[in-house]
Amino acid sequence: MTLSLHDVTLTYPDGDSRLTALDNVSLDVPAGSVTGVVGPSGSGKSSLLAVAATLITPDSGEVTVDGTATSGMDRAARAALRRRDLGIVFQQPNLLPSLTAVEQLEVMARISGRRRPSDRSRAERLLAAVGLADQAHRKPQQLSGGQRQRVAIARALLNDPAVLLVDEPTSALDRDRGAAIVDLLVTLTRQRSTATVLVTHDHEYLSEVDHIVEMIDGRLGTRQPIG
Amino acid sequence: MFVAWRDMRFARGRFTLMTLVVVLLMLLVGLISGLTEGLARSSTSAVTGLPVDHLTLAAPSDGEDAAFERSMLSREQAHEWSRATGVERAAPFGVGTARAELDGHAARISVFGVAASGEPGGSLIPGGQPVARGAAVLSTGAAEELDAGPGDVLTLPGHSLRVRAVAGTDSYSHAPVVWLALPDWRELAGGAQGAGYATALALDTTADADLAATDARLGTTTIARDDARHAVSSFDAENSSLQAMRGLLLAISALVTGAFFAVWTIQRSTDIAVLKALGAATGYLVRDALAQACAVLVAGIAAGSALAVATGAAVSGVVPFALDAGTLLAPATAMLVLGLLGASLAVRRVTAIDPLTALGSAR
Repeated sequence: MTLSLHDVTLTYPDGDSRLTALDNVSLDVPAGSVTGVVGPSGSGKSSLLAVAATLITPDSGEVTVDGTATSGMDRAARAALRRRDLGIVFQQPNLLPSLTAVEQLEVMARISGRRRPSDRSRAERLLAAVGLADQAHRKPQQLSGGQRQRVAIARALLNDPAVLLVDEPTSALDRDRGAAIVDLLVTLTRQRSTATVLVTHDHEYLSEVDHIVEMIDGRLGTRQPIG
Repeated sequence: MFVAWRDMRFARGRFTLMTLVVVLLMLLVGLISGLTEGLARSSTSAVTGLPVDHLTLAAPSDGEDAAFERSMLSREQAHEWSRATGVERAAPFGVGTARAELDGHAARISVFGVAASGEPGGSLIPGGQPVARGAAVLSTGAAEELDAGPGDVLTLPGHSLRVRAVAGTDSYSHAPVVWLALPDWRELAGGAQGAGYATALALDTTADADLAATDARLGTTTIARDDARHAVSSFDAENSSLQAMRGLLLAISALVTGAFFAVWTIQRSTDIAVLKALGAATGYLVRDALAQACAVLVAGIAAGSALAVATGAAVSGVVPFALDAGTLLAPATAMLVLGLLGASLAVRRVTAIDPLTALGSAR
């Protein structure tokens, strides 16, 4: 499995007690598949994503990314893992306002510590893959919400991650644009054989994903195979 | 500097403003540095420019520092110094001030009495100019103030001296120097300072000279020529005031740079969280932020230095001002280092930004 969570428990301090955000959660996501995570607000979806992204260290359990166990990793090692093996698409595009669309992708190569002459052309190809070839030199404020989210997806894929973590990418989009973004994610997942986790509260976009899991009160509910 | 450079272009208004602040601070630091050096030269160049390595003055009383104004040496002391081991030359000279007049022009001058032609000690006058009794060699400053040239007759209290030559730009205690023969100086100074042989000795020494022992034996104090400026009254007071102002400006520049980058780091904390979440190492982000600080400081310091040099050139004839690369390099380097220190303290905040906040941020 490219992404594996095994018996992961995460708690937060809540006054004198602790609030359980993830309760013995186990999840396997194979390469080339999309797993949709649904659930009501506060059910633990974002916590699941944060733990999978190594942004939070769980109280117990193990997160394995492309064969690498993350428990015991220090902050620098987790950052290196995110650069190398993880692509993250946030709920909001979170693009840097000073960079053009193509530079949003190039910065991923820079933070990876590798600068190659092919970085620019590679970024342009990825932008073309998400349908933004003619928007490469526009800044975020010159792009629509859907276009910004496409740039964010392309950015997440620049370093060829084994795992793609996507947090409610359609929350700020209308139905048509939301559907187009989910289609794009599924297509790219197949093409690039990434293990994709798509957190969403919109069930209507889930007809194309491979698996659906439901989070309720920090626990994974029944898995629904998609027909 | 991939993100740093683009951020600076994106927020060019803020960075231009900050760079202008650094330009103004460096201009002020440069002007004060030039004024400090100009005043120092105006106050001390006649002694710090003497072609020797040490100067000997009368030993000060307890609790006092050696000073030309309080120094008077006897003929015996001068004689013993000239015979001391390792002393190749011990040239006596006298220092004083007087009012000089020439054809309706009057000026306050510093009078330096030196060995006359043919006397032991050799010439201390710039260019090795000789001077005989009844003659004077004028510095260019004295010549300009008195509108004097060779052949003119200069009047000092009770004396008339014929100008033999104009040489050097020396001044002392903010007054241009007039060089004359030591016997003439003694007569001129006799009224105010009593009969004495010389104010000080100008020494050329070798490595085997035991200056401390000779000082102890003869009741004198010997200082390196480059330290002689501290024996000029008012130099330390003047200099320390200006140095304090310069130090304060450097501290302000560090604080202003630090404050700017503290605010800037807070403003872009969301971007930093996003970059961290995407895998950027903290070291990369800190280097990126410091590169911005470095660019602002280098640009501001370079422009401020250029303005200071230009301003100095414009006012150099009006006020004592001396600014060269050596004078400017130290404060410019200090401003860069202190500014980077201030920025470093400010961008430490980068290390504390939690990448998890990127998950909930909207941009």
